Amino acid sequence: MERTTKKLVVLGAGTAGTMIVNKLRRRLPREEWSITVVDKDDVHDYQPGYLFIPFGLNTPEQIRKTKRPFIHGGIDVVMGEIERVDTAAHEVRIAGGRILRYDQLVIATGTSPRPDQTEGTLGPQWHKEVGEFYTYEGALALHDQLDTFTGGRLVVHITELPIKCPVAPLEFTFLADDWLRRRGLRERTELVFVTPLDGAFTKPVASRTLGGLLEEKGITVEPDFMIERIDQERKVLVSFDEREVAYDQLVTIPLNMGADFVAASGLGDELNYVPVDKHTFLATGYDDVFALGDASNIPTSKAGSVAHFSVDVFVENFLEHVAGRPMTHRFDGHANCFVESGHGKALLLDFNYDTEPLTGTFPIPKVGPMKLLGESRANHLGKLAFRHIYWNALLPGRPLGLPAEMSMAGKNPA
Amino acid sequence: MTTTTIAGHEVEVNEEGFLTKPEEWTEDLAPELAQLIGLQLGEEHWKLIRFLREDYAAQGETATLRRVSTQTGTPVKTLFTLFPGKPAKKMAYVSGLPKPKGCV
Repeated sequence: MERTTKKLVVLGAGTAGTMIVNKLRRRLPREEWSITVVDKDDVHDYQPGYLFIPFGLNTPEQIRKTKRPFIHGGIDVVMGEIERVDTAAHEVRIAGGRILRYDQLVIATGTSPRPDQTEGTLGPQWHKEVGEFYTYEGALALHDQLDTFTGGRLVVHITELPIKCPVAPLEFTFLADDWLRRRGLRERTELVFVTPLDGAFTKPVASRTLGGLLEEKGITVEPDFMIERIDQERKVLVSFDEREVAYDQLVTIPLNMGADFVAASGLGDELNYVPVDKHTFLATGYDDVFALGDASNIPTSKAGSVAHFSVDVFVENFLEHVAGRPMTHRFDGHANCFVESGHGKALLLDFNYDTEPLTGTFPIPKVGPMKLLGESRANHLGKLAFRHIYWNALLPGRPLGLPAEMSMAGKNPA
Repeated sequence: MTTTTIAGHEVEVNEEGFLTKPEEWTEDLAPELAQLIGLQLGEEHWKLIRFLREDYAAQGETATLRRVSTQTGTPVKTLFTLFPGKPAKKMAYVSGLPKPKGCV
């Protein structure tokens, strides 16, 4: 009997998509499965590096590479804009008319900042007085803009949650405080953190620690601020309940949304995220569609660490799933985030669906070297070193020796 | 967790006063909960409360402000008028639901 090859199609060759195709190519026999990965372009950015660009702490060439060298042999790469997934026909339509049939589909197209969603953002001062660092272009523009900053009100603003890397706006604020001090501008600058939340962060225990740091550094917090529009002429943010925050330099984090084709395919929620089972990533109502990385609606941080831990669980489950067996691995929502706090230090947060970020040490109980939920130099160095690990071990799908499941060893319950 | 009596019902609440067991909520609790945060419920409030209850039953979590707005076709501005200051929190409170997460 002739055996037909089955088709796995992965949409998105970012952090999650690249790891998935590389890991699965090693585990799925080539005569049984073809693997195709689709993306709109050949650019792969180390996104955590965007944070450092405005302050000159990373250079553009350190964080931007081409995608193809990271995708292993035996994987077809298709470059093109994804128009729509036809789940009934099991097809992906690419702009220009190309159609890819699939037996199993993985959506890993992430989340993107959408400045078009808040009135007044894309005015004449976009990427100037109204800056952002969630894109490569935005981070570079903000670097030039900060270079001309001589004092006044520097306002860091979050539009709405969830956002990619929810700690990045706080880190930006801490690094800005440090940068202003080194430039002798801190005395002449009012640093303001504007958030739709009622505190510094989404998780109560971490929110207290991080809120304390903001206070210590003399940063004003404007909580519960739901933005309606930006008035670039008057240089103010206006909230739905008609409060105003004035700025001289704004650094906004626009609304983040999943890809538009997700909505066009009827696969998304109100922010174009794919509803999935939070333990297996199988899209609700389907048995041949998964969503991983930032593209899904799982209730944990949209972060590279989550993508990494979830891919480990997904790969084992996927092999069981296509063999017709029940999926026996369960993702626990494990996230692991370095938080730059300025002055060469960083905090480390470690949490999952059920457990708040804890104090303690990581990755080795009682030893560390990294300290959880406390500032240390080792944490900062860990964060800087991670760029090399990302390019050289994580994307190629080499094991890092960090367990996907969160461990309580060496951690002190709050 | 403490137990308190609202509209003649014994209910369990957390330190912020949110009901901890959504199933303990009944429609006659809503006006009393509203009064505790200085609100008088009209038909527009009720339309949203009913949506929140139904959506929670279907999804297992409290709808975010954006979800309430898009699913009921109510502009966010109107939600701020009906539930001033912190509409997402206030809607959840009156509807006997946990604070919306929407943010992790």
